[in-house]
Amino acid sequence: MTQHPLIRVRDLNVHIGGHHILKHININIPDKSVTSIIGPSGCGKTTLLKTFNRLLDDTAEVRVTGSVLVDEEDIYASGAEVTHIRKKMGLLSQRPYPLPMSIYDNVAYGPRIHGIRKKTDLDDIVEKQLKDTGLWEEVKDRLHTSAAKLSIGQQQRLCLARGLAVEPEIILGDESTSALDPISTHKIEDLFVRLKEQYTIVLVTHILRQARRISDYIVFVYMGEIVEFGPTEELLLNPKEELTKQYVKGFIS
Amino acid sequence: MLILSIASVSFVFLIGIGLYWRAAPLFEEQTLLSLFSASEWAPSKGQFGFYPFIMGTLWVTLIAIVVALPLCLLTAIYLTEYAKPGVRSVILPLVNILAGIPPVIYGVWGIFFVVPIVREYIAPQFTDYSSGYTVFTGGVVLAVMIFPILVSIVSEVLRTIPKELKDASLSLGATKWETIKKVVLKRALSGIVAATVLAVSRAFGETIAVLMVCGNVPIAPTSVFDGGYPLPALIANNFGEMMSIPLYDSALMFAALLLFVIIFLFNLVSRIVLHRVESKYSAS
Repeated sequence: MTQHPLIRVRDLNVHIGGHHILKHININIPDKSVTSIIGPSGCGKTTLLKTFNRLLDDTAEVRVTGSVLVDEEDIYASGAEVTHIRKKMGLLSQRPYPLPMSIYDNVAYGPRIHGIRKKTDLDDIVEKQLKDTGLWEEVKDRLHTSAAKLSIGQQQRLCLARGLAVEPEIILGDESTSALDPISTHKIEDLFVRLKEQYTIVLVTHILRQARRISDYIVFVYMGEIVEFGPTEELLLNPKEELTKQYVKGFIS
Repeated sequence: MLILSIASVSFVFLIGIGLYWRAAPLFEEQTLLSLFSASEWAPSKGQFGFYPFIMGTLWVTLIAIVVALPLCLLTAIYLTEYAKPGVRSVILPLVNILAGIPPVIYGVWGIFFVVPIVREYIAPQFTDYSSGYTVFTGGVVLAVMIFPILVSIVSEVLRTIPKELKDASLSLGATKWETIKKVVLKRALSGIVAATVLAVSRAFGETIAVLMVCGNVPIAPTSVFDGGYPLPALIANNFGEMMSIPLYDSALMFAALLLFVIIFLFNLVSRIVLHRVESKYSAS
């Protein structure tokens, strides 16, 4: 591993309602790069992603053991403050979920929560993030209309802008393009590639071609365990494990 | 089925027309405006002022909703967002049982429990003397009666809010409470308005429990610790009695018509409000 790892996972186990969902996960996710988590449906990809910002906390009957270190800080330590951890990560879910407010307020939501009140500061943040996500030209004349009126692709980019507005270090994407048309998907993928210069990006995807197009590293998860982790080309073209080989060739899905 | 639905709708009109027809003799004696604004109620002298009754109805309903709504919101939020599933599955059915208790029992409860408390402890803080039979008492009893319907509908509305939407807010570093205040309640606003409309409609028409605790004095209340006389109580108390007094039955029919019109207007206005709210943040 040439790059400094930003997220280190040590012997992570997740049980939900008596099921052992994630088993003995150990992984270092490199800084300033795109890492894709691939694997068949129900293998625990999304659960793994959600352990990174403790979104599992609210799930019923969940038990997490082991540690996840972000910036050398164990986010599952007893003193860890959850809002501070979540602020470090922007989440982009499967379908866009704009907050029930205007476009402007969606982007300004995070900064406002974290204490930015001055209108000019908020204006700057909103403009910057909408420009970074390529939405500015499309929405600058209707910033104060409801975000629900945007197209679904625009909504997803708005959600990304909203996440970036709290200045995270990490972007988590949970099959973020699965509800989008090809053109919108392409725009989001381009954004990820561009954003990896500033952020560490972890994506869950079930589309191998997408993982290949945009990621630097791939993690292959099967039945709650990490089977293989490595640089994209190496893992896809020259997998070490038999299971990975079968998955990449499409024998198991 | 079309005929059935037309029939049910036409019932509303038939009732309205029927009430108007029976109340019509009253209009020959007095103008509509004087009926609304006059506050003299002396049927034997032929004086029918409805102002006290309209105010009585409005006060009681307003107090009920002001008392019930915040409590119901907090209860519903607790049940859907914080309570463990076990707690929720015990409390919600219990709340629904409240809805099944006959109004007359609420009335008795009001007389033996709320009236003395208002008389001994609450009213003396604010006024010199109160019998305990006040619009405030009526409002409190009504608030308890509309509590279950509000809690169960609002809980249902809150439960339909997608987890992903809450996750989106949480993952930006918002606390759970911030998420509830700024996202959940905002998204649920139209549902909460709709639930309130239902509850208020029920409160307007509630008769027996209110009649038992309100004092039934035909004077417009000037404070919450005055007695009041809501329209449904007026009709229920007097219908079938003193029918020998001229125009008395017309006056009661007019009271019914007034109640009908108030509820109708209220529903109309709230529908417009609901429509506004919904079109502003239509669900995605």
